[in-house]
Amino acid sequence: MPKTFTPKVVTANHLLKGDVIYQTATGWSRRLDEAEVLTDEADADLRLIEASQQVDVVVGAYLADIALENGIPAPTHFREDFRATGPSNYAHGKQVELG
Amino acid sequence: MYSYSQFDTDFLATRNAQFRAQVERRIAGNLTEDEFKPLRLMNGLYLQLHAYMLRVAIPYGTLNSRQMRKLAEIGDRWDKGYGHFTTRQNIQFNWPELKDVPDMLDALAEVGMHAIQTSGNTIRNVTADHFAGAAADEIADPRPVAELLRQWSTDHPEFQFMPRKFKIAVTGSPNDRAVTKAHDIGLRMLQRDGQNGYEVIVGGGLGRTPMIGKVINDFLPEADLLPYLEAIVSVWNQIGRRDNKYKARIKITVHEHGIDEIRRLVEDRFVETRKTFTGVDVQMLREIEAHFAAPDFVKKSEAPFKDAYHKDPVFRSWADTNLTAHRAEGYKIVSISLKKHGETPGDATGDQMRLMADLAETYGHDELRISHEQNVILPHVHVSDLPSLHAALQKDGLATANIGLISDIIACPGMDYCALATARSIPIAQEIATAFDDIKREHDIGALKIKISGCINACGHHHVGHIGILGLDRAGVENYQITLGGDHTEAARVGDRVGPGFSADEIVPAVERIVDTYLDLRTDADETFDITYQRTGLAPFKAALYPETKVAAE
Ligand code: HEM
Ligand code: SF4
Repeated sequence: MPKTFTPKVVTANHLLKGDVIYQTATGWSRRLDEAEVLTDEADADLRLIEASQQVDVVVGAYLADIALENGIPAPTHFREDFRATGPSNYAHGKQVELG
Repeated sequence: MYSYSQFDTDFLATRNAQFRAQVERRIAGNLTEDEFKPLRLMNGLYLQLHAYMLRVAIPYGTLNSRQMRKLAEIGDRWDKGYGHFTTRQNIQFNWPELKDVPDMLDALAEVGMHAIQTSGNTIRNVTADHFAGAAADEIADPRPVAELLRQWSTDHPEFQFMPRKFKIAVTGSPNDRAVTKAHDIGLRMLQRDGQNGYEVIVGGGLGRTPMIGKVINDFLPEADLLPYLEAIVSVWNQIGRRDNKYKARIKITVHEHGIDEIRRLVEDRFVETRKTFTGVDVQMLREIEAHFAAPDFVKKSEAPFKDAYHKDPVFRSWADTNLTAHRAEGYKIVSISLKKHGETPGDATGDQMRLMADLAETYGHDELRISHEQNVILPHVHVSDLPSLHAALQKDGLATANIGLISDIIACPGMDYCALATARSIPIAQEIATAFDDIKREHDIGALKIKISGCINACGHHHVGHIGILGLDRAGVENYQITLGGDHTEAARVGDRVGPGFSADEIVPAVERIVDTYLDLRTDADETFDITYQRTGLAPFKAALYPETKVAAE
């Protein structure tokens, strides 16, 4: 039985700052809730290839699983949760930078 | 103290200029990440979960106040006002931006520091006993030979592309504080019949397949050291497994071929390598030793110390846990705890670094050390200065009296920073320390080492902790596996796994049950956790941790 495709976003680290970024329909965002949600496998693969080709912007692009909460993407795994917010020992990173 | 030669200075300047050009080409899009990654790793630059991370070598953990101040400045300017000291006697900066890294490296070079060979399949930063040159139990200072090894291995043409990374640790004391048995090569300095030499241990390592190193030579005369080590590395370079990254470390080579076979191959090779050494290395060692000459120890009244010790219980408690016997009369080794309860193990703010630098300058012959236990050491302090020193440390949260106790936890960065992590380690360390601080029992519990890693790479040395904690990802949830009875000393031992892991909520209560079990079992307060464990074994602890399985079995 073919595996059903679960919704995903394209994510990577920003080349200059090193922080986590998400692909949007038109570019990149530092916020997961602004990411473009990909529900079609062929489309997702294509968007990942497009992202990976932007070698002067991103590092290590990949597809990350998400869950849709009221249509807004949210992490399903704790690793993605930390990537989207920042470390738990200090109020550093996205949890403060995104306001 | 050792200072770099003009050769080193020029070498660093050239390397930094090269890397600056590489960073520029990467930013301009003229280098792909695949091309750039090996170059940045050679310069200690990683990409972690939230940002880049720069790992700076602190050779054999020794630095002076100028260097410490420079680290503070770098943390303030290019990080978020702090730095993280690691089990490899390095410091890591967690938030640099790519464009700033060349400036950071130049700033480091101003004080003779760098990030070279903190990464990659090279011979890494040689580590040594953090009490080197000061400990009362020391036979000889291990740092000159560590420095000799650094010079020999840095940029050695044969050792740049080895099967895997290679780590060497040296101790000059029979009480091993450098975890020599968990390194690819461990050296223990010895004296036999008036001759200097080394016990050479090979094939130790933690990570995915933990191994305790085995003695390949029980007394290697001093003059034979470099040719012998070259023989070891060369044998491994030849027969080490390059086909599989997880089997490439020398511990696997030793395990697969057996120590006797490896010894035979090394002895054969040694006949050849020895011819290529002319004795210049021993001459160099003598020259290096001169740079590590002990400071001019002074003699003065010990009255201020005795006075404070009797009058001030807070000072007394700190003096009882954080001081170690020194080889010079009237002196002590001071361990400054970077483990204040609830704080991140190994982190120091820029202000704290500057304070420690000032105190080293005022009271400590301008010397500081970083311990693999993620604390900072002032190796040479006269006891009469301890009350003032302690008072100064108190002002900036640096006077925690917990060295060697349950809250003096080693923890790797784990999933709060590390891209390889399977779970967090820092919050677990924070919670354990806070829990035991709340009940004010840690002095009663006594010497106990907890070590936590956030994945099987074991950067937090969990295998050799009395209580080891390994964070794993079990079906998308953090899960913590416990090992007991590990030992990081000369009696090194890999801990025993107790059974199924615990969730993040259950892990602190589980540690509390282990400690309660120990307190019930110990014959008296002098019987430390490791001794009790050796006597009783795993069974009583297992029963306390998994009461339900016991019931089910009955
Ligand atoms: C955050 C970035 C880090 C990365 C990507 C990283 C990666 C690794 C990897 C892959 C290994 C296993 C090597 C092998 O078995 O061949 C390892 C081992 C080790 N790391 Fe790290 N590490 C990091 C941070 C640290 C820190 C912060 C410390 C100190 C607290 C540390 C100390 C060690 C030690 C002592 C080992 C030795 C285990 C052994 O091989 O015997 N590492 N590291
Ligand atoms: S043990 Fe794992 S999680 Fe911890 S620092 Fe090492 S690689 Fe990262």
